[in-house]
Amino acid sequence: MSKDWQERLQHWAPYAVTPVLMLAVLPAIGLSAWVTLTVAGLTMGIMLFLVASGLTLIFGLMEVLNFAHAAFVTVGAYVTVSVLRPLGGWTADPSLTLNLVALLVALIAAAAASGALGYVFERVIIRQVYGAPLRQILITIGALTVIEQLVIVVWGPEAIPLPKPASLRGSIFLGASSIETYRLFALFVGLAVAAAMHLVLTRTRIGLVVRAGVEDREMVQALGYRIRRVFVGVFIAGTALAGMGGMMWGQYQTVVTSQIGDGMIILVFIILIIGGLGSVGGCFIGAILVGLASNYVGFLAPKLALGSNILLMALILLWRPRGLFPVAGH
Amino acid sequence: MADADAALLRLGGVYTDIGRYQILYGVDLAVRRGRVTMLLGRNGAGKTTTLRTIMGLWKARAGGISFDGRSIRGLETPDIARLGIAYVPENMGIFGRLTVRENMLLATGTQGFVKDQLDRVLAFFPALKLKWDAAAGSLSGGQKQMLAIGRAIVEQRRLLLVDEPTKGLSPAMVDQLVEALLRMKEEQTTILLVEQNFRVALAMGDDVAVMDQGRVVQSGEMATLGSDEGLQQRLLGLSMAVGA
Repeated sequence: MSKDWQERLQHWAPYAVTPVLMLAVLPAIGLSAWVTLTVAGLTMGIMLFLVASGLTLIFGLMEVLNFAHAAFVTVGAYVTVSVLRPLGGWTADPSLTLNLVALLVALIAAAAASGALGYVFERVIIRQVYGAPLRQILITIGALTVIEQLVIVVWGPEAIPLPKPASLRGSIFLGASSIETYRLFALFVGLAVAAAMHLVLTRTRIGLVVRAGVEDREMVQALGYRIRRVFVGVFIAGTALAGMGGMMWGQYQTVVTSQIGDGMIILVFIILIIGGLGSVGGCFIGAILVGLASNYVGFLAPKLALGSNILLMALILLWRPRGLFPVAGH
Repeated sequence: MADADAALLRLGGVYTDIGRYQILYGVDLAVRRGRVTMLLGRNGAGKTTTLRTIMGLWKARAGGISFDGRSIRGLETPDIARLGIAYVPENMGIFGRLTVRENMLLATGTQGFVKDQLDRVLAFFPALKLKWDAAAGSLSGGQKQMLAIGRAIVEQRRLLLVDEPTKGLSPAMVDQLVEALLRMKEEQTTILLVEQNFRVALAMGDDVAVMDQGRVVQSGEMATLGSDEGLQQRLLGLSMAVGA
C-alpha cells in the first residue's frame, strides 16, 4: 500500500469505527431489536455529548481538569424539577405544543442556572488553580461534594420523580421495532444543539479562536486575543451545556437524585479519552460510540455491560494511544 | 548601536528567569525603524528568550522594554501584539487543524481580510494560494514557515519578530524565504530576526546584535561583522552555518 493511501486510511479510519460497530452487531441482534437499540444508543450518546463537549473544550483550552462538571449536570436536573413543577398542567396536557414549551422553558432555565453557577465557579475556584493539575483535581472534587450537599439542602435528600410530558410518553413502532417517543425528542434536541455548536465553532470568529486556542493558546495570545476571557466564555457555555444534559438526562431517567451527575461523569471522562482530549469532533464520535456500545453489550451480554465502556476505551487506546482525534499538545 | 534615537524597540538591562534558572543577564538592544536587525549567537545564548520576553510570554524580572517610546514591560501578550508587534516563533505556531485561510484570518482584525494586504502576502508566498483551503498541518515545513510569516504580515504591523525561520528547511526553500524577506526589507518593514544561518544573516541584516550567555556582547552594522572573519570566529564560533 502506498504511503499516500496509508495516510488516508489513518485519517479516515476513526470515522469508520461507529458504522463498523453498528453493522457488526446487526446479525447477532436481529433487525427489529437493532433499530430499537441503535436509537437508544444514539440518544444516550447525544445526551452524553452535551455534557462532554463542554468539558473537552474546557480541558483543551486551559488544561483544566474539572471533576466538578458533574455538579452542573445535577443542578440542571434539579432546576428542571423546580421549573416543571409549577408547569405541571402543561406537561400533563396532551397538547404536544404545551409539552414542548414547558420543556423549552426548563431547558433554558437549566442552562442559565448551570451557566451562571459556572461563571461564579470559574471566578472563585478555577481561577486560583490554573496550571496546577493536582490542586485542580483536589479542589474540583471537593467542590463537587459541596455543591451536591447544597443541592440536598435546597431540594432535600429524597429522589424526586420527574415524569415525562404526556405526549412524549410511550413508544412508536417502526415495523417490529419499538422506539420510545422521548428518545426521539432527546435525539432531535441533542442534534440541534450539536449542530448549533458546530456552526459557532466553524463559522464564527470566536469559534475560530476557541479551536486555535485548543491547539496553541500561547500563539493565540501572541495574535492579540485575550485567551482568559475566551476561556471564561467557554467555561460558562460548557457548564450551561452540562445543565442542558442534566435536564435531558433527568427527564430520560424520570427521577432525579443528587448523584445524577456522578453517574454520567465516569462515562464523560471515558468519552473525552476515546475522542482525544480537546477535540469536539472526537467527543461527538466518542459519545455516540459509548452510547451504542452500552446498549448493544447490555443486550448481547448483560453481565459485561458495566465494563463495556472501559473495554471500549482500552481497545481504542491500544489502537490510537492519544484517542481517535488527538489534538496537538494534548 | 548607532543612531539609537531612531529605535522603534529598545531593551535596557533586561533580566529574565525561567523557573529557577536565570536566562537573560541584562540585555541591551535597540531595533531601528525600517531596518532589519539580526540577533545572532550560539545555541543557548538567550535569543529566543529575548524575543519571548519582548512579547511578554516570559516576564522580565528587571530592566526596561519600550516600543515607540512607550514602556511595554509588564503588559500582557495580547496588549503587546495589539501595539503592532507580530511574532513568528521558532516552532512557527501554526494551527495544524485549521485551514491556511483560517490561520491567516485569525491574524486579521474584525473586518477580516483587507484585499490589498492579502494580495501582498500571496504575492510574497504564492504557494499559500494553492493550499488556501487545506489543513495547515498538511503543509510542508517550508510552506508552514511561509504561512507563519504571511500570517504575521497579513495586517499592517510595525515590528516583526521572527525566530529562526530557515531552521530545518531545504536550501531551495531557504532561498524562497530569503527572497520574500528581502522584499519585505525593501518595503522598510522593521524586523528583528534570529538566525543561525550566517549567509542568510549577511543577506538580510542591516544591523546586528550578538548574544552570549544571556547578554548582548556586540552590536553594530551587519556589514562590519560580515567583513571581519576574526570577529565572527570569536563571537559566533562554529555554531553559525556559513553555507546554506
